[in-house]
Amino acid sequence: MTVVHPNLEDTEAKMSARDVSVFYGDKQAIDNVSIDIPTKYVTAFIGPSGCGKSTFLRTLNRMNDTIPSARVEGEILLDGDDIYRSKMDVVQLRARVGMVFQKPNPFPKSIYENIAYGPRIHGLAEGKQELDAIVETSLQRAGLWNEVKDRLDDSGTALSGGQQQRLCIARAIAVDPEVILMDEPCSALDPIATAKIEELIDELNGRYAIVIVTHSMQQAARVSQRTAFFHLGKMVEYGRTSDIFTNPLEERTKDYITGRYG
Amino acid sequence: MSVTILLLLALGLGLAGWLAGRARAWSFRRSAGAGALAALPSYHAWYVALWIVVPMVVFIAAWSVIGPQLVSQHVLASPAAADLPAFGFKRESLLAEARAVATGAAPAVFNDGARALVEPYREAIGRYQTIGIVVALLLGFLGGAWSFLRIKPDFTARTRVERTVMVILLLASLVAILTTLGIFVSLVFETVRFFGMVNPIDFLFGLHWGPDPMANPDNPDPSRYGAIPLFWGTIFIGAIIAMIVAIPLGLMSAIYLTQYADPRLRSWVKPALEILAGVPTVVYGYFAALTVAPFIRDLALALGASNPSSESALAAGLVMGVMIIPFVSSMADDSIAAVPQAMRDGSLAMGATTSETIRRVLVPAALPGIVAGVMLAISRAIGETMIVVMAASTAANLSANPLEAMTTVTVQIVAMLTGEGSFDHPATLSAFALGFVLFLVTLGLNFVALRVVKRFREAYE
Repeated sequence: MTVVHPNLEDTEAKMSARDVSVFYGDKQAIDNVSIDIPTKYVTAFIGPSGCGKSTFLRTLNRMNDTIPSARVEGEILLDGDDIYRSKMDVVQLRARVGMVFQKPNPFPKSIYENIAYGPRIHGLAEGKQELDAIVETSLQRAGLWNEVKDRLDDSGTALSGGQQQRLCIARAIAVDPEVILMDEPCSALDPIATAKIEELIDELNGRYAIVIVTHSMQQAARVSQRTAFFHLGKMVEYGRTSDIFTNPLEERTKDYITGRYG
Repeated sequence: MSVTILLLLALGLGLAGWLAGRARAWSFRRSAGAGALAALPSYHAWYVALWIVVPMVVFIAAWSVIGPQLVSQHVLASPAAADLPAFGFKRESLLAEARAVATGAAPAVFNDGARALVEPYREAIGRYQTIGIVVALLLGFLGGAWSFLRIKPDFTARTRVERTVMVILLLASLVAILTTLGIFVSLVFETVRFFGMVNPIDFLFGLHWGPDPMANPDNPDPSRYGAIPLFWGTIFIGAIIAMIVAIPLGLMSAIYLTQYADPRLRSWVKPALEILAGVPTVVYGYFAALTVAPFIRDLALALGASNPSSESALAAGLVMGVMIIPFVSSMADDSIAAVPQAMRDGSLAMGATTSETIRRVLVPAALPGIVAGVMLAISRAIGETMIVVMAASTAANLSANPLEAMTTVTVQIVAMLTGEGSFDHPATLSAFALGFVLFLVTLGLNFVALRVVKRFREAYE
């Protein structure tokens, strides 16, 4: 069973998972996970490959719906509302819970159009001026404005990998989400681009609830305040990042963070 | 002895050379050890076989072209040929008759003029056939002996065989290209002849089409050779009406099949759609002429049109559009499916619906592939003949009314070539000029389509 560190009661939960299990066809990928995602912190999911941390992340904005054989049991609450209830509007949900993927995936459109995409489909801007303002703010928050302000009409795919990933973060910010899910956002980037993304996560911390899946324990230690350790579809341990890394309560967690497996 | 038997003989000799070459290579290998040979014995065998078969086949092919010419030269030089008429049809037919009798294709001569020629023919055919066989065998033996003697332990047979195989493959791929070139040259030749009789300006910009194959060929009326109505008919039926049907239906079916359809449904709907491309166009022609055209005429009557034509551009265009749906849909299907899943996920994760994702991300990203499919479909449609022949008539009308009878370039090519005029009549030759224009246009469309496809490939690999 999951070990939850006792000293977490100060946090206010943005999202809460209750006994969540995920199946792909007959295969169970996630087994009875319960967790509170805090509003004001960065939460990191760590664990070896295939432990289900990405699968669990994708249940938080129902991206698993795009996989026909996937089935989710249990409930996931966003501000107290079950996001898997039948009346839930997936479009609204995903506007509130944005996502950044492992590999940068800008649309083959201009930088401007990439950012304007979300505000347009959700009708967030009235007129060109407001849209311009949203694009500028989003790019500034993503730390990309100074690099691209003179070439907003260039294709988003012409940027470097790190810039593309920050463009994708800016694109997610543009619809003003409450939660941002990041699925190994640095695994395709070099160390310098990774450092910039981590810096950016630090800056965004507090404005948005951020959940990041990562392979790198150093990264989890650097950017997050809460860490959940996943193993074989189960959440083994959850607590303050500093506690998890310095004082793990579970043997498996200790073995993983000391590099015994994974 | 026929060419077939000669070719079989070449193959037989080749087999003998193969066995001999291998035996020689093996003997070296036995005496000097397995590592001593620079190539496996089978490569030596192939080396010898190629040196026998290739020269023989090349010679036999050349001789089957040159031989008959030498025969007729010989016959014409004989004293019996002195009585032949100097030129024209009669001379040719007498020669052909004598040749037929001499080779045994015809039982006996009908014309007395041919009788004297039979013997010279027989003699000449016999002589040149013998020469051909002797030279072919000689080449085979020489090639075989030379290559056989070259087999030594350090002989690099493998690289040589590989190089020969490459050359043979290259020649095979050149055949298609050379054929295209040949078509082009023959078209150009006849087109130039036609433009010697009718001014290209009159042809390309004239508004009236009605060549008269019975008119005096030396003084054609240029006002009857205006091809604009044909170009218009072709564009109207093939590129406008057919595309209005094929582009939306093809695109929508591709989107449904890639984005919405259950995999099981897709696995039988997609092949079923592609079967449409395999239906012979003549069958579509029946359908257009017997079902669609009368239906359209009745509909036009019911809507108050007076005296609508039973053959209409609309019927031909609609059926043609259905025919080319698979071209559009399968190219669009492939290019939409080739858009990375990450694009789709990215859009869905922004809260876009499936249809927004298709409209704003997938279709724009797949657009080059879709455009290429449409271009290929257009060039297919404007080259299509049977449906138009059967459903849209041969009347060259210049009209924007889809209910009127119209005709296309391809239909007129058929009509002119199979018409009453002699081969060198401008009406017949106009078919080549039309073919030439059509060839250039479809070539251009295909070229553009391939360029677009190439750009598209670069974008996603």
